[in-house]
Amino acid sequence: MNKVYETVIGIEVHVELNTKTKMFCRCSADYFGKKPNTHTCPVCLGIPGALPYINEEAIKKCMRIGLALNCSVNEQSYFERKNYFYPDLAKGYQISQLVKPLNINGQLEVEDESGVTSMIRINRVHQEEDTGKLTHVGSETLIDFNRSGVPLVEIVTEPDFHSSAQVKDYAKKLQQIFRYLGVSNADMERGDMRLEANVSVRPVGQKELPPYRVELKNINSFRFMQAAIEYEIKRQIWVLERGETLTQETRGWNETKKETYLQRSKEEAHDYRYFPEPDLPELKIDTLQLRELLRKQLPELPAQKVKRFFDEYGLNKAQIAMMADSKEMAEFFEEAVKVGSKYKVESIKVANFIINKKVNIEDINPEQLIKDIVNQNTGMISDEKELEKVVKEVIDENSKAVEDFKAGKEVALQVIIGSVMKKTKGKAEIKKVKEILEGVLKS
Amino acid sequence: MKLSKDKVRHVAKLANLPLTSEEEEKYSEQLSKILDYTDQLSKADTEKVEPTYNVSGLTNIMAKDEVSESLPQEDATKNGTNIKDGFFVTKGVFNYE
Ligand SMILES: [Zn+2]
Repeated sequence: MNKVYETVIGIEVHVELNTKTKMFCRCSADYFGKKPNTHTCPVCLGIPGALPYINEEAIKKCMRIGLALNCSVNEQSYFERKNYFYPDLAKGYQISQLVKPLNINGQLEVEDESGVTSMIRINRVHQEEDTGKLTHVGSETLIDFNRSGVPLVEIVTEPDFHSSAQVKDYAKKLQQIFRYLGVSNADMERGDMRLEANVSVRPVGQKELPPYRVELKNINSFRFMQAAIEYEIKRQIWVLERGETLTQETRGWNETKKETYLQRSKEEAHDYRYFPEPDLPELKIDTLQLRELLRKQLPELPAQKVKRFFDEYGLNKAQIAMMADSKEMAEFFEEAVKVGSKYKVESIKVANFIINKKVNIEDINPEQLIKDIVNQNTGMISDEKELEKVVKEVIDENSKAVEDFKAGKEVALQVIIGSVMKKTKGKAEIKKVKEILEGVLKS
Repeated sequence: MKLSKDKVRHVAKLANLPLTSEEEEKYSEQLSKILDYTDQLSKADTEKVEPTYNVSGLTNIMAKDEVSESLPQEDATKNGTNIKDGFFVTKGVFNYE
């Protein structure tokens, strides 16, 4: 008889901040695609004696993330050295936060695939620095320290997730928040944002956490992460059902085989020997009065916007999800609704038009969008390219009239316009046809 | 304070240092002596001293987010023993972190 199992997942997210400079030196943090080791200095190369200097902007951005996730700000916060030996770290330690992170005890609401919501507790949002980038070539490893020291924020949840769908929703919501806040591009493929999932299963009814957890790492898309978690749940239940035990290990995702694979088994616990970073002064947040200041600067966040769009515009869930997807989209939509109200175009119509026509908001302004909607309502052809096509066809078919017009017979133009109207069954705007015609004929 | 050979082995592993058993013996003695030496600090009277990890006593010292010049690649890699196309080169490491 098979037991019924419950999945327990905790998530760690790393996100690179988009500050101009690195966390502890003023080298440019814009490392992507740059020549190797051209954005370094004694600090980020770990040369003995070099002294780190905290980036104020990074601290502000880290705190904004914390506030957006409903964290409390630690009034006293300081950095620590996390010691480990690996070539991506020039210093032999990463400056991070353990005992006194900037933000603690937050929460974020997530949804599963059937729309049931639950609250995920966020343990901490702390500030640290990124490592150098390693490239493995044959039997050698190449090191580029341009990324070394780029501000990195780590967000750690409690083990509150019970399905891969919740994890996906969480990750997407975080990405949206980062972009709304303007603190990071949060691009998964580029590695601006990285997910790690600690997955384990336990028999339903068991209160304690499972005695092991499998860490899923180096997975650079939401979809792959969801697939990897799904696979892991099945694999772990299968192992337990065979009466075997699971151990602490790190696994990656093989997209071709659609399965997770062992990357590293932990023979022993890490021994990072954290201790306070003596080269950095501590942060006293109250004296900075940053907290209130930052709260005031916080933009309307996705969850608030979703609620307001529901109240104000009466959109359904799917429409809201699209309209509030990005800050830019939301602004475009609201502007279009404002213009639309002058033409009696309802907000739902605006949303539907944007969704159905897959409107690219970079190609069109809200005024033109509303014009298009109005024209569509009256059945008019508003697409200028389409109209141009018809005009050109008519010109080809009426060479006589064209010649007459060019010879000075203004009236010949009426013949051509008439043909266009006939061809479009009267759905062309005469003024526009005239404009296009004149343009074509005079060129 | 005698440092056990196990401790020495552990510290060596953390520092990625391969030690022979003779070296383990030797370092166990030497490291023990170093610890004894630094242990003199614990004799200092700290009754009226607040614990701190930072001697400057400063707080909230931060820099503006303004880029200043980095080292040229040639300078950054000048002390490397093995440099290839501007990269530092080390023997292959996989799947650690
Ligand atoms: Zn630097």
